[in-house]
Amino acid sequence: MLKVNNINAAYGKIDVLWDVSMRVAEKEIVALVGANAAGKTTMLNTISGLLHPGAGTLEFLGRRIDGTPPYQIATMGISHVPEGGKPFPDMTVLENLEMGAYINETWKKRAETLSQVYEFFPILKKRSGQLARTLSGGERQMLAMGRGLMAKPRLFMFDEPSYGLAPIIVKELFEFIRLLHGQGMTILIVEQNIRHALEVSSRGYVLENGRIVLEGESIGLLDNDHVRKAYLGL
Amino acid sequence: MPTTNSAASKWLFPLLLPFIIIILAAIIPRFLRPYTIISINNIFMYMALTVSWAIFSGPTGYISLASAAFFGIGIYVTAVLGDGLSFLTVIAFGGFASFLLALLTGLSSLRLRGMYFTIFTFGLSELIRHSVLWWEVNITRTVGRLVVSADNITVYYAMLTIVLLTLAMAYFVNNSKYGLALLAIGESEEAADHIGINVNGLKIVAFAISAFFMGAAGATMATRWTYIDPSIAFNSLFSFMPVLMAIFGGVRRIYGQIIGATVLTLLADMLITTFPYYYNLLYGIILVAVILFLPEGLTGIREKMTKWRKRALVE
Repeated sequence: MLKVNNINAAYGKIDVLWDVSMRVAEKEIVALVGANAAGKTTMLNTISGLLHPGAGTLEFLGRRIDGTPPYQIATMGISHVPEGGKPFPDMTVLENLEMGAYINETWKKRAETLSQVYEFFPILKKRSGQLARTLSGGERQMLAMGRGLMAKPRLFMFDEPSYGLAPIIVKELFEFIRLLHGQGMTILIVEQNIRHALEVSSRGYVLENGRIVLEGESIGLLDNDHVRKAYLGL
Repeated sequence: MPTTNSAASKWLFPLLLPFIIIILAAIIPRFLRPYTIISINNIFMYMALTVSWAIFSGPTGYISLASAAFFGIGIYVTAVLGDGLSFLTVIAFGGFASFLLALLTGLSSLRLRGMYFTIFTFGLSELIRHSVLWWEVNITRTVGRLVVSADNITVYYAMLTIVLLTLAMAYFVNNSKYGLALLAIGESEEAADHIGINVNGLKIVAFAISAFFMGAAGATMATRWTYIDPSIAFNSLFSFMPVLMAIFGGVRRIYGQIIGATVLTLLADMLITTFPYYYNLLYGIILVAVILFLPEGLTGIREKMTKWRKRALVE
């Protein structure tokens, strides 16, 4: 479904990604893991068009998307939940969710999708009239995920969903990701919390200093000596 | 009975009230003195400027000071074309000229944010004023122009129509997904990008729509001045007043903008006739006081009062 072929990416003159290649197949759940500043967020930003690759190509559903503006990529069916969720703070929870369905086809079905989102996250229904700025960190992340879901994505990308959250909420969020995958959603998840990410995913890529150093089945990666030493502290 | 009552207040009131106001506004000039009509026209002018300014700048928070440019372009369209064409055609031309100018400048400027955008739009107004001045001095060899004038009643009905159309547009935008999207752009352009909003496209179109109504208002009001020159048409007050009026009334609410434009225009009228020497001083003091004590404008008072009432109920 998504093919990343030998991508280089840079912020101005600072190179961040070198020769990165990745695949995400339909209905698969793939983890991209690595330490801080390894280039994980840059990878997601490049896929969603906020950043254009300096070299290499991107394909989504068989169509080239390198150089396509972000709103068109979102319209093609990629939902990107940024780090920290980034809800619109001075809009209500309901307005935030409705905004997620901005794309024409989904706008008409927004009432139906909204009730699905409320089923996943009942707390959002309770908070629907509140301004997003008054939510807790976990609720904000749920709101961002709900907003992403409102777009009825084909590929759902999460950037560091566990960031800064209590373990019990992280568990809940990963449960949601598992549930979504069970319903047939294709998911790409970026995480520093490597254990969680590899446990929920079927395949994984390990990114170090802008290069992919390891890839394979998640179970295999969890057993890999390098991963165990460098990331899991075993 | 209570159900019909609440249904009446829910549906009948918001539908009926504007209807009654429109009917009243349509028949009222017959009974008014010319001076009153002139002063109502002034209020209409500022209403159109303020509400159209707020269509774009209200939700996005991009403070534009280009209103004078768009308003002035409308004035010059009338000054140049007013002779041959009908009033209605001239007004439409005035609106479209400003619309086009906003599209062009929007393409080049809306990547600027915050203060930079504000300064750019202020510079744009000045640039156009001086360009027109240069043209008039060097090419046409006159600084000012005479404008075919229309009588106050005609201006009244034209301005009333423009105000109503501006209000209808503002209402439509605020209650559509595009209004919500403009609000989202004001909060975070990056997050707006993520959810599939064509951020630059939407900003430019909203900017141009707001400019259309300013241009139409300018084309109409031009007929009232009989003589214009660049410093009259592109007076920077036309840029600053809509911002002040919107903030004074409440940027986020259309009725706030209407009240803001009305109150400040009447206040200026009153002060200038009663205290001709201290007019600007008093006006300034009042504006500073409003910003200090009512950061959300007059509509903020109502929201504060409902909060107090709720608290009183709880206690």
